[in-house]
Amino acid sequence: MSALAGVLRKLGARVVDSVWRLGFAVRFLFAVLRYSGQSFQRLPLTIREIYFSGVLSLLIILVSGLFIGLVLGLQGYDILQRFGSSSALGTMVALSLLRELGPVVAGLLFASRAGSAVTAEIGLMKTTEQLQAMDMMAVNPIARVIAPRFWGGVISMPLLAAMFSAMGIFGGWLIGVVVIGVDNGSFWSQMQDAVDFRYDIVNGFIKSFVFGTAVSLIAVFEGYDCQPTAEGVSRAITRTVVSSALVILALDFVLTSFMFRGL
Amino acid sequence: MPQPLASSAPVVPVVRLSQAGFAYGDNAVLRGVDLTVHRGQVVAIMGSSGSGKTTLLRLIGGQLRANAGKVEVAGQDLGGLSRAALYALRRRMGMLFQFGALFTDMSVFDNVAFPLREHTDLPAALIHDLVLMKLQAVGLRGAAGLKPGELSGGMARRVALARAVALDPLLVLYDEPFAGLDPISLGITAQLIRRLNDALGAASVMVTHDVHVSLDLVDYVYFVSGGGIVAHGTPTEIRASNDPYVHQFVHAEADGPVPFHYPAPPLASLLSLPEGDVP
Repeated sequence: MSALAGVLRKLGARVVDSVWRLGFAVRFLFAVLRYSGQSFQRLPLTIREIYFSGVLSLLIILVSGLFIGLVLGLQGYDILQRFGSSSALGTMVALSLLRELGPVVAGLLFASRAGSAVTAEIGLMKTTEQLQAMDMMAVNPIARVIAPRFWGGVISMPLLAAMFSAMGIFGGWLIGVVVIGVDNGSFWSQMQDAVDFRYDIVNGFIKSFVFGTAVSLIAVFEGYDCQPTAEGVSRAITRTVVSSALVILALDFVLTSFMFRGL
Repeated sequence: MPQPLASSAPVVPVVRLSQAGFAYGDNAVLRGVDLTVHRGQVVAIMGSSGSGKTTLLRLIGGQLRANAGKVEVAGQDLGGLSRAALYALRRRMGMLFQFGALFTDMSVFDNVAFPLREHTDLPAALIHDLVLMKLQAVGLRGAAGLKPGELSGGMARRVALARAVALDPLLVLYDEPFAGLDPISLGITAQLIRRLNDALGAASVMVTHDVHVSLDLVDYVYFVSGGGIVAHGTPTEIRASNDPYVHQFVHAEADGPVPFHYPAPPLASLLSLPEGDVP
């Protein structure tokens, strides 16, 4: 009985702790938004973070997008040709990427590459008292360090997702048209016909924006809230990657169910 | 209490703590602390690890708010200050962190220039000259282009000192400024603290364990133990003190009012040996 009570107590403590952390994260988000004005007044700070989060993630995004596109081309052709619809390959590749794979896979890669780097950087700044030093110099670390990194991620993510999708479509074309021999005209014209700007492209953009916001918030929050030790930073990085992946997949389901409910 | 250095100006302490106390929840860290620091003085806060001296420094810097009593800096009660007012006051403070806390993504030059760029509208050419003067004062003008990762511990501490005094502060706080330094770097850092304080006419408060260097350097010493001030005086008074705690600390004795053993049940009760066989 006492063992059960102990388990329940631990479970209760974890739930209470999680609720506290969630509350703190929301307050943290409001603080970031509140001091974002100060941060935007010094645009080079945000542009620098767009470079670190966005430009430096380009390689992994483009290479992954290409491979995803190549695989989609192969798999898509294999399925479509059974129904005599191989000319619809372009439509299948484009819609898969624009609606789902682009935002989701780019989000997961972004969390692994840029999110973890942001958490590590902020966590180490906390561990080495750089954030405290800034605060003691009457410089708000939320405005100077956190907000630029948050907005750098929010702005970068939709652009990365767009490039991921573009590269994936190129990969699909490469395997479908160049290697397998699907008609080039059918590939592009069917895609042009089937892809709707508002329904597919804008919704995909909204998804990637939401994922970018979530990953960036998780990354800066975990770094700021970590225990200032080597182990604490390592745990924070792990939490950033794991939480971001789960949040992206969960949000994807929610957003998809609202966006494409007419299907 | 330390007396202000001779001056015709009205005596307003830079730092005054009156019956200040601080607790984490039910765990009282500081109780009834009275402390005064005047302009021109270098004051040391000493005490064993966990005695509450870093907490005391954080109260003075406004990083923590006192739960009881009053903490005043430059005549302003920190307890009632808004964040904006606290930041305005901190522009008149400098702080040297234990390991420098230099910004690792910036060069030495940019680290020292950081407070000037953040808080002044000075032209870049003037900031350049001021930074070189500050670096010259700590003997590291030649290291302006290096990154913090390329500096030794002593050099990093000196760069941090140059950054702490970049805005010519009224009050400089030092958290363990001598920790981990070799004897040469330690001597240089101690000299710089005194020289810069005298040149700026500032007040300095340092938390330190290094008794002998500190007693040669400072004007007044406070000993903290068990969350309160247990002794204070000038270095001469401290050296001559018969207070058991001060004596143990100054002479680095292993046992005394600060016990060698962490509180524990008697060893005999934990070992399965016959009584009398255990020391």
